[in-house]
Amino acid sequence: MTTETMFGRAIKRREDPRLITGRGNYVDDVKLPGMQRVFFVRSPHAHARIVSIDTAAAEAHPGVMKVFTAKNLPATPVPCGVTIPNIGQKTPGYTMIASDRVRYVGQIVAAVVASDLGTARDAAEKINVEYETLPVVVDAEKATEDGAPLVHDEIANNTSFVWRLDGGDIDAAFGEADVVVKQRLVNQRLIPNAIEPRAVVGRFDRVTGEMTLWDTNQNPHIIRLLISLLTGLPESKLRVIAPDVGGGFGSKIFLYAEQLLVTAIAQDLQVPIKWAESRSENYLSTAHGRDHITYAEMAFKKDGKLLGLKVKTYANMGAYLSTFAPLIPTNLYGTLLSGVYDLPALSCEVHGVLTNTVPVDAYRGAGRPEASYLLERLMDLAATELGIDPAEIRRRNFIKGEFPHRVITGMNYDSGDYEGNLNKALQQFDYTGWRAKQAEARARGKYIGIGLGCYIEACGIAPSKIVGTVWGGGVGLWESSTIRFHPTGKVTIYTGAHSHGQGHETTFSQLAADALGVPFENIEIVHGDTGQVQFGMGTYGSRSLAVGGTSIVKSAEKLIEKGKKIAAHLLEANPADIEFKSGNFSVKGSPDRSKSIGEVALAAYVPHNYPDDLEPGFEAQTFHDPSNFTFPAGTYMAVVEVDPETGKVTPLAFYCMDDCGNVLNPLIAEGQVHGGVAQGIGQALYEYAVYDENGQLVTGTMMDYAVPKASQVPPVTTGFAPVPSPSNPMGVKGIGEAGTIGSTPAIANAVMDALSPMGIRHIDLPLTPQNVWKAIQGK
Amino acid sequence: MIPSSFEYHAPTSVAEALSLLQQYGDEAKILAGGHSLLPAMKLRLAAPGVLIDINKIAELRGVVINGNVNIGSMTTWATLEHHDGLRSACGVLPEAVAMIGDIQVRNRGTIGGSLAHADPAADTPAVVLALDGQIRAQGPGGERTIAAGDFFTDMLSTALEPTELITAVILPTLGKGEGAAYVKFPHPASGYAIVGVAAYVKMDGGSVSTCRVAVTGAGPKAVRLTDVEQAVLGGADAAAATANAGAGLDILGDIHAGEEYRRAMVAVYAKRALQKAMERASG
Repeated sequence: MTTETMFGRAIKRREDPRLITGRGNYVDDVKLPGMQRVFFVRSPHAHARIVSIDTAAAEAHPGVMKVFTAKNLPATPVPCGVTIPNIGQKTPGYTMIASDRVRYVGQIVAAVVASDLGTARDAAEKINVEYETLPVVVDAEKATEDGAPLVHDEIANNTSFVWRLDGGDIDAAFGEADVVVKQRLVNQRLIPNAIEPRAVVGRFDRVTGEMTLWDTNQNPHIIRLLISLLTGLPESKLRVIAPDVGGGFGSKIFLYAEQLLVTAIAQDLQVPIKWAESRSENYLSTAHGRDHITYAEMAFKKDGKLLGLKVKTYANMGAYLSTFAPLIPTNLYGTLLSGVYDLPALSCEVHGVLTNTVPVDAYRGAGRPEASYLLERLMDLAATELGIDPAEIRRRNFIKGEFPHRVITGMNYDSGDYEGNLNKALQQFDYTGWRAKQAEARARGKYIGIGLGCYIEACGIAPSKIVGTVWGGGVGLWESSTIRFHPTGKVTIYTGAHSHGQGHETTFSQLAADALGVPFENIEIVHGDTGQVQFGMGTYGSRSLAVGGTSIVKSAEKLIEKGKKIAAHLLEANPADIEFKSGNFSVKGSPDRSKSIGEVALAAYVPHNYPDDLEPGFEAQTFHDPSNFTFPAGTYMAVVEVDPETGKVTPLAFYCMDDCGNVLNPLIAEGQVHGGVAQGIGQALYEYAVYDENGQLVTGTMMDYAVPKASQVPPVTTGFAPVPSPSNPMGVKGIGEAGTIGSTPAIANAVMDALSPMGIRHIDLPLTPQNVWKAIQGK
Repeated sequence: MIPSSFEYHAPTSVAEALSLLQQYGDEAKILAGGHSLLPAMKLRLAAPGVLIDINKIAELRGVVINGNVNIGSMTTWATLEHHDGLRSACGVLPEAVAMIGDIQVRNRGTIGGSLAHADPAADTPAVVLALDGQIRAQGPGGERTIAAGDFFTDMLSTALEPTELITAVILPTLGKGEGAAYVKFPHPASGYAIVGVAAYVKMDGGSVSTCRVAVTGAGPKAVRLTDVEQAVLGGADAAAATANAGAGLDILGDIHAGEEYRRAMVAVYAKRALQKAMERASG
């Protein structure tokens, strides 16, 4: 019997003993009798016509079962699931295997199935593809210029869409401005780098006609739905399992060519097929993130009051539109451009541009880091220009007063106390003390910088009505749960959310333990299997707790309601007089007249003494559609030192004050912040995916692409300042992406602050030693 | 297999290894620690038909300090990093070795393998050059000694004959009045040297009587900075001697550090290495 609440307890993750002792079950661990390996032959060219493909030698290679090209496979589309309404979005055709033209390095042109990977690779080397190369464009801004090479002949200026968001009187705002700060900002392309690369195993049962796919994925039901729609395989005969998944960061949301190809090949050959990508393949073929070029202008009165913001962004979409790609630089970016600030006028124009690069889609934060970076950089530029302390200029512009608060972008912020958060943050981070240390260091010729980043994000995505009408997404973003309370008192919860590092087995069990009054240990969480879970929308956009958790709480409430009726019958009382507390149903005023929830469950399954009007069984299900987003916010502060001789930035300290609503498990929340901050620092200082002018990925391995190591990340101090969300019963908001969103601008602002004695106002990301050195040298 | 298929031999003596090398010629590659060769094979950038694994040759392992430092070519970085005698006899070597890769790399990687591979961004070539070390090689015609200054001939190229094997590396022991240091600007991803500089100085009565400075990472091969050395011998301090240390060097650029930046970093790191070496020599 639990008397102490589990909510708010920093208990260790239940899944960790399994995962950290190597007993996890990942897709690449799936081994089936007769299983064959598939190796995909990928285009070495960024843009080329396929003249011919000679597979004869590969087919004759010992151990090869079959070689596939577009000639012996259907032209199944790799879909984009989003058509933003009313902007004339042009979605280029994309098939799972290229037939006549390739548009990025890594696009699949052939597949070799063999007894093992080595044999498949050996045979693949014997495939001769004749290409006729075409002109290449990789830069989104240049791609829109007249005369630029066309990635798709039918899409003029490579522009898939131009999306606008306007509010207020922008001309008046800039007309009355005392100061306008302008900056061109590069938010560079990143590679998501989940520790587990993607993998798919497909098994087609020729007797039952059932297809089972094991897939490294964040939302197996969406994958099942899409594959079913695209291939005609009925959902009832298609099972998608996302077992233990080693990180996703968005990159495992999508339906890629590989899932479709493994499905088609397993169906064709009627043997189990495995594909598991190498890291090099991952870099070439898994969706990248960010990649914006932005021209931004912010108008201010001389007292620091923000008047308006003009934004023009070129968002690099890659060669094709990935599953959710159009949403990222639009409804998850433009709509966040008010930040935590009272913004009277906005003009935002986003060009979604196609280039000869791998598609770009959601990566941790997805649009919100880009918005946050833009706002926070410009806020600091204005602070410098106006001679106002960076903390003070923010304070003067925070949204204050009543919540919910609708901002000019249309978002309706649920709750927040941005000034309170900043004040608490500055005090706990010892902002004044650091400023004193900075002054002292400067006197000794040391370049110490302090940078702030105040972020907001929209989480708990998303109300289905908004997804359908405003976003143009082809799904609803509710979440489901089933609580199955077994006759023995054990509980299984089937959730449509998916854990690929989030720790749902722990946090969802905490929630249910409180709601049902059963021991934490008696609860099992089942997720990631369309064969077991009713339906689900999966995990991304920091939605699992706010949406999926709410669904569990609601299912628990339904169960308790039913339990009250059963208990009333057993206790010969009126259901209205039954109270439920700590796992016991009792009669109001007579606490000794009680039945435990276990006894009630047993009665429901063995209904010998049972209400006539009730169904047997003790199980409840909820499909919960949120009424609003949640809006986590916070203040981050970075302290860095810059070596003026080398340009090397050393982060000295990093502080976080997050309002993610009420905190269910502080240990897991802190872990999320730590990981997010590491990735955000990665973007600020180390990471950049570079395509050369020929469309070759120069940063093609981990020898070139710098994912931060532990030694490259400073100590991170976390803090929480919850302002509960009214949008869900737990008052939670979400913490999965905050660290990534808030940290990049804080580091960038700290570096500019360090360099301010040299008159440097801006350096584009990433702030590598070379980039900083060049700025110091005035180059 | 992930790499292309190959024939595998694991000789237990130098003689056996040399006869295999002669037998297979160009087809064969020596497998030492494998931390350069195996990644290239996994990516199929290298596809040798024959691998001669020399890890089972016990005579190639170990450190003997006796007047000088004699290091068996198959001695791992980890052994060098944690060798107590070496720290006092020739501390700059463990100092540099500790900056190589990570623990796993240092547990497998060997000094001989690294020198033979002659990666332009490897760390130890600079140290061996600055200490004026010697590389001992054995081939069908017997054993010979190659001065460090003659060893590195070009990118990934050395004075070794295809039928030769490095058996040992000889370094001096440093005494009073001598100081050496290695400083490094690591690539943020790979950890290899974007620029690494080793400096050695010998002080005689308050002035420098011997000075050797070598840079790795910046160009196609590790080289001595003779102009810097001359300036130091002429009485210049570290900053003055290194102000133009990068000038005239053959420099390689990449996206992370272009030619201009790398050249500038040669000067910065040469200064820092020299300052440290001079401090140690005076200490």
